[in-house]
Amino acid sequence: MTEPRMTETGASMISPQEAAARVEAGLAARRGRERRFRAYGRIAIGIALAFLVTLFVSIFSKGIPGFFQHYVTLEVTLDSARLDPTGDLSVQSLYDGDARGVIRAALYDATGASGRSGRKAAGKIISAGAEQRLRNAVLENPAILDTTQRMTFAVDDDVDSFLRGFIKRETPEKDRRINDKMIGYIDALQEQGLISFQFSDYLIFGSASRNAEMAGIYGALIGSLLTLAVCLVLSFPIGVATAVYLEEFAPKNRITEIIEININNLAAVPSVVFGILGLAIFIGIFGMPRSIPLIGGVVLALMTLPTIIISSRAAIRAVPPSIRDAALGVGASRVQTMLHHVVPLAMPGMLTGTIIGMAQALGETAPLLMIGMVAFIVDVPGSVTDPGTVLPVQIFMWADFAERMFILKTSAAIMVLLAFLILMNASAIIIRKKLERRW
Amino acid sequence: MNSISLAITVLLFASAYFYLGTRASSAQRAAGRRLHSLPHYYGLFAGLLAAIPALLLLTVLAIGDDIIFRSMALDFVPDEVKAAKTYKEVIVLAQITNVVDGINFGEQPQWVHDAAAAWHGWDSTSTTLKTITTLSLSLLGGLFAYRRINPDFRSRNAVERILMIILAGSSAIAIFTTVGIVFSVVFESMRFFALVPVSEFLFGLTWNPQFEGAERAGSGQMGLATYGSVPLFVGTFLISIVALSVAVPVGLFSAIYLSEYASPRVRAIVKPVMELLAGVPTVVYGFFAALTVAPFIRSTGMSLGLDVASESALAAGLVMGIMIIPFVSSLSDDVLNAVPQALRDAAYGLGSTQSETVRQVVLPAALPGVVAAILLAVSRAVGETMIVVMAAGLAANLSLNPLDAVTTVTSQIVTILVGDQEFESAKTLSAFALALTLIVITLGLNFIALQIVKKYREQYD
Repeated sequence: MTEPRMTETGASMISPQEAAARVEAGLAARRGRERRFRAYGRIAIGIALAFLVTLFVSIFSKGIPGFFQHYVTLEVTLDSARLDPTGDLSVQSLYDGDARGVIRAALYDATGASGRSGRKAAGKIISAGAEQRLRNAVLENPAILDTTQRMTFAVDDDVDSFLRGFIKRETPEKDRRINDKMIGYIDALQEQGLISFQFSDYLIFGSASRNAEMAGIYGALIGSLLTLAVCLVLSFPIGVATAVYLEEFAPKNRITEIIEININNLAAVPSVVFGILGLAIFIGIFGMPRSIPLIGGVVLALMTLPTIIISSRAAIRAVPPSIRDAALGVGASRVQTMLHHVVPLAMPGMLTGTIIGMAQALGETAPLLMIGMVAFIVDVPGSVTDPGTVLPVQIFMWADFAERMFILKTSAAIMVLLAFLILMNASAIIIRKKLERRW
Repeated sequence: MNSISLAITVLLFASAYFYLGTRASSAQRAAGRRLHSLPHYYGLFAGLLAAIPALLLLTVLAIGDDIIFRSMALDFVPDEVKAAKTYKEVIVLAQITNVVDGINFGEQPQWVHDAAAAWHGWDSTSTTLKTITTLSLSLLGGLFAYRRINPDFRSRNAVERILMIILAGSSAIAIFTTVGIVFSVVFESMRFFALVPVSEFLFGLTWNPQFEGAERAGSGQMGLATYGSVPLFVGTFLISIVALSVAVPVGLFSAIYLSEYASPRVRAIVKPVMELLAGVPTVVYGFFAALTVAPFIRSTGMSLGLDVASESALAAGLVMGIMIIPFVSSLSDDVLNAVPQALRDAAYGLGSTQSETVRQVVLPAALPGVVAAILLAVSRAVGETMIVVMAAGLAANLSLNPLDAVTTVTSQIVTILVGDQEFESAKTLSAFALALTLIVITLGLNFIALQIVKKYREQYD
């Protein structure tokens, strides 16, 4: 450090009293600066926390209503001649049948709609998904045919927006998406207590749909699960093997050094680049199909490998050398020492790193866009080679739609995603607290 | 048999060999022979030899056959189709594979059906071949190992050698990934630079990519496609600067407060809560930016009489800043904590206040680390994709005004490469050139950060 300047001989020597006075004079200003500096720190933390709160409040205030939607309950007369013209209860026969007409008839009864324009208006109240729901109900329980059942159907998303108050009654008729006739029928249904606001089963069990009231995250959730499974199966063993090799066995040479530099570089590469890798190699050269969870999982595995390797290496390094020495001392080989002692002791740390890596992979969007997981896919993927999408990409796609209900459902889907992430991170913390040993 | 059931069969064979090998060597030991290794090592050796070569072969065959089929299928394409101007290998292959998969979009010409029929033939031949070769390799490998079981055979050493090869092979995957990235990006970039001169790409001031077809059709776009990437980089840095001017002060001051002033209890609560910000997926930030922040900034700006674009750089940058606060704060926190207590004690001993100590002693000592942390945050901001895709828009304006709409490198890459694209066009290839520059920039920033840490790190002990 710098030379001591205590004894600057010849310089102005001042008396202790004067020195004390000078210090005293500056003290107030210095204390003020101290207070301000401390305040800056508090303000900075306050700003960061305020951002966090704003983010969560903004998502939750839209997401919680997004878990619910409006339904209408109707007395449906399930006339078998109309619903099942062939009479064999096959799917084809039900599709040929007039499920829509049956539902509409019930709707006209409930609202008292008559005339061409009246019926047209009333028909728009109910979601296009109602027919499918009716068919499924009949398929599940054919005994309900030729009876009258109380059934609940989702209302159309515009009607839902009206019931939530986003579409105002006061708006001139030509400026709103539902006309005065429809409002009249909705009022009639409400007076009879047939409209209910309940938990949206479409959100959880529905799949991608352009109709906001029918859209759900089930397909994306399964896609995410398959993708993560592929990712885990690849990245955990490879990551652990790499970490073990580099920490325990690798000779200190050029190649090892290159591998280490490579891993650090891969950790710094933007995630979108891994998507380009997937696009160029797996789709371009290997000719694999787009949009499949298999490629998504491989790309995410390559992306999470550095995270897993780095944390696994830290965990292995934390195992004290005395354990290795003891095992080697009683005659174990180096591989036996590693397999029987080092890896089991480092396992909690490795698992923590893996879970954090998986959480990263679950929230990742950009690389999956590159390999085509943005396709509009209605079917739920049944295996890793079926086209599918994942939850973050589903959120990205929904975020583009302007319908009010899509905004609500997007926020609800974000809440589901955040819940999974918090669950994973919490389990990582618990594993670390419960299982990790300190030496 | 398909590949997955083949793999399962191979694993069954391997377990059978493991069992047989273990039993055979146990029997020898029971008969009083002294074995070199424990019995299960003999079983493992047989099992590994039955599984590994067969599985490797299966992987190669399963990936390789499609590649070979596709090149063979191209022989079916008649010359007049190949000669046509609109000929694209990708499209022809898609036609054929669609028929193979039983998907029919309209009438296909006869040669497509011929190719598809031939494909089905190859497919069944290759499946038979795969089944025979894989299973026999598995059986032979296991048998070879099984025959070598005798008390003098050093099976533990052999098993450990195999394991070592597996471990080394796993760590080589990092190299393969890097090679794959470089290969996929550099290769396509070279093709791009054959179409568009490097100087135009690096110094051109207009970014207006179009598919060739769009120009021919005269889609109202004026002139030719231009690939000057300057507006994209200006946009990227504009957004990054906005992000840093949020993240650096907030992150740095929070780190200082948490490491120097906060009580352990406050620290234990605030630090993980702030790190929540790093765990939020970027698509959520993008949604927040596009739906909450951008309209808010726009309406605030309007009420102040400013002209704010609905997809302003300010909104994207602000939200990106929120995202990187935890990077700056937790990296700086580590650096500040690494400054030895003795330096602080010395400063206190001379009568300085806590803030004077921080400003004049701790921060200068931690400066290289803080600079490195900020550089890492910059590289993070430059490579960030979803926020800018969702909130920054696509207008390639050359502007330094944060209230304007700008676009970034990553959002152009995503826009160009999402969906079906023809691999041949300059527009598609330009995305790879952009990715190449993106990689160079982020790795460069990381390299500089590491060098700073290495060069200026003080050794206190």
